[in-house]
Formats: sequence, structure tokens, C-alpha cells
Amino acid sequence: MSPDVARTPLHALHLRHGGRMVPFAGYAMPVQYPAGLLKEHLHTRAQAGLFDVSHMGQIRLTPRSGDLDDAARALETLLPIDVLGLKPGRQRYGLLLDGSGGIRDDLMVAHCGDSLFLVVNAANKAADEAYLRAHLSDICEVTVLARALVALQGPGAEEVLARLAPEVAEMRFMDVRMLGLLGTSAIVTRSGYTGEDGFEISVPEDRAEALAEALLSDPAVLPIGLGARDSLRLEAGLCLHGNDIDPGTDPVEAGLSWAIPKVRRRGGARAGGFPGAGRILDALEAGPARRRVGLAPDGPTPVRAGAPLFADETGAAVGQVTSGGFGPSLQAPIAMGYLPAALAAPGTRVFAEVRGKRLAVTVAGLPFVPAGFKRT
Amino acid sequence: MRKFTDEHEWLDCAGDVATVGITTHAAEQLGDLVFIELPKVGAKLTKGEAAAVVESVKAASDVYAPVSGEVTEVNEAAVADPSSVGADPQGAGWLYRIRLDDPASLDGLMDEAAYAEFAK
Repeated sequence: MSPDVARTPLHALHLRHGGRMVPFAGYAMPVQYPAGLLKEHLHTRAQAGLFDVSHMGQIRLTPRSGDLDDAARALETLLPIDVLGLKPGRQRYGLLLDGSGGIRDDLMVAHCGDSLFLVVNAANKAADEAYLRAHLSDICEVTVLARALVALQGPGAEEVLARLAPEVAEMRFMDVRMLGLLGTSAIVTRSGYTGEDGFEISVPEDRAEALAEALLSDPAVLPIGLGARDSLRLEAGLCLHGNDIDPGTDPVEAGLSWAIPKVRRRGGARAGGFPGAGRILDALEAGPARRRVGLAPDGPTPVRAGAPLFADETGAAVGQVTSGGFGPSLQAPIAMGYLPAALAAPGTRVFAEVRGKRLAVTVAGLPFVPAGFKRT
Repeated sequence: MRKFTDEHEWLDCAGDVATVGITTHAAEQLGDLVFIELPKVGAKLTKGEAAAVVESVKAASDVYAPVSGEVTEVNEAAVADPSSVGADPQGAGWLYRIRLDDPASLDGLMDEAAYAEFAK
């Protein structure tokens, strides 16, 4: 592996647990451990899995005025979401848009009382930091946090984490809390990227290994690599930026309109005022020309990212697969991609080309596997 | 005698027919297999062309024809249960049998000791 590949604070732990390291977004990351991708995936759905996501960007926005509403209003100029209405202790999903409404990145925004805490994608974190600094520095101090981030995901996650911090049992989906955890100050959100209940836990870099080993010492917890992280999120119907969403896709066609609340739409109190607003607000009313859909191949052949999609067995391509592989929980191939709106209804039969052959694929509702979030 | 290729395949030759599979090393690198596509019986393969596909959850990998010849048999059990290839890649997890156009085409391949060194 190239020497300019960065290491997360859990690098030694990955090696100790037999992780097979691969370069990903500039970091050496474990793609799988000795248990293997299938077992790691199924274990996360059945009990709990621990993921190192320290490669992701953690950014704090602190209002220079001391009034968090100032930071919220400033961030709303970049995101089509309701940041002002975000209550202390709550987190929301958001999209950084460019001037034509394309998706620069997707991220989480948490209200931590005196500051906003953002978690952004690893591959975009340098660009996001520069963009936030350029647009928000007058109003906010923009700080990139040197902290580790781990995700504990699965139906057993609450019980495992509550042994270290009982108060996590009171949290519900998309809550954020500052907690004392093994003698250090942790930022804990009840969220994740697997479709399961679970937590993301931010701690100082030098405390990450002790936390991860404490969690892994629980027999319910296995370390999980990037391979299973991808198959879990695909089954959960969650987008991977760079694959399923990117600057060439907008939130409406990506099926992410739910992330744009009424208050930012036409007729709302703070309608528009974000990059690409004209185009996005038009698209919300007119409906998109194409849509992101789930795809279930009729046969056993996996259909992977990049495969062209066809309305029939002879015509020209009408769309493309953006993520695809095998769903271990379904024991069947699954994929996501874009199709013209007229072909996007679940149950519609289309074709995907794999190794020169057109294979029948049925449009499926998302997610493929029901979410296990603790909403109440 | 078992021969090995630098594409991480093995061949067992009996007369002019060779049984072909992927090596244990290759199977470990690929991870859990979930789908296998084999050539049709009777297909004429040219050395170096994609003869079979083995797919893990993450990726599809071509298995190249190590020699030229005609496919005489394929392992339908491996297609029905791709995990059987990962479980015993150099035994029950064989992929297909091929009648060699030229029995001398095995001459340049590695023996087990040479492959073990190569795969290090």
C-alpha cells in the first residue's frame, strides 16, 4: 500500500483483529476481517457490529455571535433543510447542493447546544471544509475535529453500549448527546448507515482504541469491514455519494425529497435561499424526469454499478445501475440505479446488461430490508 | 500431476483432459463466493479468454482459460452452491474440464512448489 495512505487511530487494532487492509478515500481501511463479509453482514443484522468510520470528516460550526441561530441561518444558505428548527440534542440528514442543484455531498447535522456538529463523507471532506470556510467563516468558526468515529450497529447495539453508558437507552433515532464514556467525552448519535438501530460515537483519537476494544470484548460484537458496510447500506436503500448521488444528480430524482422540508419549499416561511433552489423547487412541483429505484434481478446473476439499463431486449439504454451486488440478508442479488419516471414504478420489468447479455430485472421498492430504527 | 498458472488457477491432467479450478490462495483473496458462471459444455476456449466468472458480494472476477481446448464437463454443483468453491477450491470446488488442443500446452506451467513461492 502506498506510503501516502493515511491511517485511522484504529489501524493497529484492525491489524490485531486480522483486518485485510485496502486503500479507501485516502485511508488504509479494513475491507473485511477473518469472519468474512457474509458473516459480518449477517452478524450486524442479528446482533451488533463495530465499524471504524474515522476516515469521515467531523466538522464543528461555532457561531461567532454566540447565538446558534446565526450558525443555523448561515448553514441554511448551503443546505435545503430546516436547521433553524433543529432542536438541541437532535440530528438531521442534509445535502450540500451546487448551483445547479447537484449533490456535492450528503451529511449529518447535529445540534450540540452551543455548536453544530457535521459528519461528512471521507472522499469529500477536504472540499467540504474549504466550501464551508469560504461561505460560513464570517458567521461561524469552522473547526475540523481531530477525533475518531466508530459506529456500533445492530439490534444488540443499545444493550452493548448501555453497559458503558446507561443513558444511551433513553436516546431515540437521530438524537445526539455528549456523554462520559470510559472517562472521556464522547459525542454519541443514535444513527448509522446499515438500516439497523445503532450509534455513531465520536471520541478523542487517543481514546478510540480503548473504546473499540471495550465494545469488541462484548461477545455480541464483531468488527465489521467496508465490504459489509456497503452490502448493509445497499440493502437498507441508502445512497453512497459518488455512486448513487453526485453533482450530476439532484435530490428530487435521487428520491431524497423527504430531506427538503415544507419550510424550505415554495410557500414555506424560508422557501429557497439555497444553491440550485430554482431548479430544485421546480422539480419538486413538476416531478423528476428520472428516479432512483431499487432493482431486483430475476435470476441469480449480480448486476453491478455501471451496468446499463434497458426498457426491452433490443432498444437503446435508458438508465444505469449505480450500486449493485449481492444482499446477504436476502440471499439474492440487489441493485440501485436510475430509470425514466415512466419505468420507475415497483414491479416494472426492465433489463440490465451484464457481460453482453440483457438480464431481466424488476423495479423494487426501497429499502430491500426494513429499517430497525428506534423511533419512539 | 497438478499444475498452476500465474492467474491463480490449477489444472489436473488425465490423458488429454484437464480439470480446472481456482487455487486456495485465489479463493481466500476473493472472499465468500455468491455466484458462479461456467462455460457451456462443447464451448471452444482460447488460452487467455474469460472462461468463467466467480463473484463475491463485492465484485465479479473473470477466470481465464489457462489453455486452449473444448469444454467437456462443468461442475453444476458449484453453480448450485457457489460457497462450495470457497470451501474446497482445489477439490470438490473444481470448475470445468477441458480437452486440450495441445497436451504440450501444460509444459510451461508451475508445479505446486513453484506456485507456492509465486503466491507468497
